[in-house]
Amino acid sequence: MDDLIKMTAKDLDFYYGDFHALIDISLDFYENQVTALIGPSGCGKSTLLRCLNRMNDLIPNIRVEGNIILDGHDIYDPNVDVVALRRRVGMVFQKPNPFPKTVFENVAYGLRVNGINDKAFISERVEKTLRQAALWEEVKDRLHDSALGLSGGQQQRLCIARAMAVEPEILLMDEPCSALDPIATQKIEELIHQLKKTYTIIIVTHNMQQAARVSDITGFFYLGKLIETDKAETIFTRPKFTQTSDYITGRFG
Amino acid sequence: MNESNTSYMGLNSGLFPKSEKVQGEKTAVSQAKPGLLSRRKIFQRFMFFLFRLSAAINGIALLIIIYFLVVRGWRAINWTFLTQPPMDSMTKGGIFPCIVGTLCLSLGAILVALPIGVASAIYLNEYAKPGRILRIIRLGINNLAGVPSIVFGLFGLAFFVVWLQFGVSILSGALTLGAMTLPVIIGASEEALRGVPDTYREASLGLGATRWQTIYKVVLPTALPGILTGAILGISRAAGETAPIMFTAAVFFTPAMPSSIFDEIMALPYHIYVLATAGTEIEATRHLQYGTALVLIVLVLGLNLIAIIYRAHLRRKMH
Repeated sequence: MDDLIKMTAKDLDFYYGDFHALIDISLDFYENQVTALIGPSGCGKSTLLRCLNRMNDLIPNIRVEGNIILDGHDIYDPNVDVVALRRRVGMVFQKPNPFPKTVFENVAYGLRVNGINDKAFISERVEKTLRQAALWEEVKDRLHDSALGLSGGQQQRLCIARAMAVEPEILLMDEPCSALDPIATQKIEELIHQLKKTYTIIIVTHNMQQAARVSDITGFFYLGKLIETDKAETIFTRPKFTQTSDYITGRFG
Repeated sequence: MNESNTSYMGLNSGLFPKSEKVQGEKTAVSQAKPGLLSRRKIFQRFMFFLFRLSAAINGIALLIIIYFLVVRGWRAINWTFLTQPPMDSMTKGGIFPCIVGTLCLSLGAILVALPIGVASAIYLNEYAKPGRILRIIRLGINNLAGVPSIVFGLFGLAFFVVWLQFGVSILSGALTLGAMTLPVIIGASEEALRGVPDTYREASLGLGATRWQTIYKVVLPTALPGILTGAILGISRAAGETAPIMFTAAVFFTPAMPSSIFDEIMALPYHIYVLATAGTEIEATRHLQYGTALVLIVLVLGLNLIAIIYRAHLRRKMH
């Protein structure tokens, strides 16, 4: 693998109080590739994802050791501006969580909080990102209706559009399809294929088939440890460890 | 009983013999005591009736009060009553200065309490780290809610009227009422803020918003209908209070309209109190007392109605 490394976790340990949630994780994330994090519930994959944009900072009594390097800079360096970091590392959540605002204002939100007020620029960007998220045709006549009136799948694509509007470099997705039906899931997966041309994508999923379909690299986590990581086709056809093969064949999880 | 216990404990008893046992017992019960089920049903019906009655009493109490006031007071209400000051030692004329006074005091109290209350709730719910200081502040707020209104009145007299030299004035009264309304507004605002899903906060922060932007642009607008409920409760309480204003803002009689916040005023609840206890012709002004009370109730319900309609409008806009 001689692709460009966008982000790296190096010897990362993470604690919730006394609980050692991530144990010595080292993992590279490559530019314009999809990395899937899989593993049973509570294995630490979501915790790792939330370390990558420091969303865990909001939780009291946590401790992080080790480094996460983004383009050569440690994001846990005390001088890092967390707000600026989160603009570069966008996030899509498990449940669709559009704001109780209009479709348009949801997508425009990230631009507005980052100080962009140019109306023409904002509407242009909103249309562009909604098109990228394959949602434009469905919502172009209801841009100024509440986003809460959209279907679950549409809401999740809106959340992806909202995250893309600020043009982050990395897109973190925390089980983005777990609340969606199979058709909506398929649309999101197609979207992920499109988006990796522009973004580096890191996705947590419980769905083995999904990880196999969308990811280039897959990492298997178990009890806070990264058991193995490899190209997705290797992980799903010739895993090195029995724990991995047991999990992906559904023997536990 | 002993026997069934052993079979439950037995290693090989399994699920089937156990469930068979339970089923057998059930049949035995319904055969032995055919009246038991219906007696339980009757008891349930009785308890539910009690709960329903308790709930109904609330509504009925309000209806009785309004009915009572309308029957006794509607004759007093006419154009002169609503637009003129009291005349002939308050045995004739109207209550216009009292209406103006109560509106000024309620509005003033909300202007004082809403910003401070909402700001406190934001601190308590969004920023404050759990610990001793937070516990002490919460204790303070809870106790503030339990302080009798006459104590607020005396506090207002000592602090705003005398010490800060605001005199008996709209300002002193509004500050006193505001202090009394604070716990209601803080409580309702905190509850409204807690009701905003954390995923909204995370989504906003994840887009590179600061914590303040997140609060100002996402959390507060979402919580606004709930916060308004607090404001409604606060305004209702402020408008109807007598004790906190009797030493700080309201006077027995003044024909002049207030021209600044340092003027003393008349107010509806205090006017009722004066007519009913200290007037020269208590019996002769009975209809005026009921009329004034009716106006006060209508005013409070009207304020509530406006706020409820506005809240519903906000909710509709959001969903």
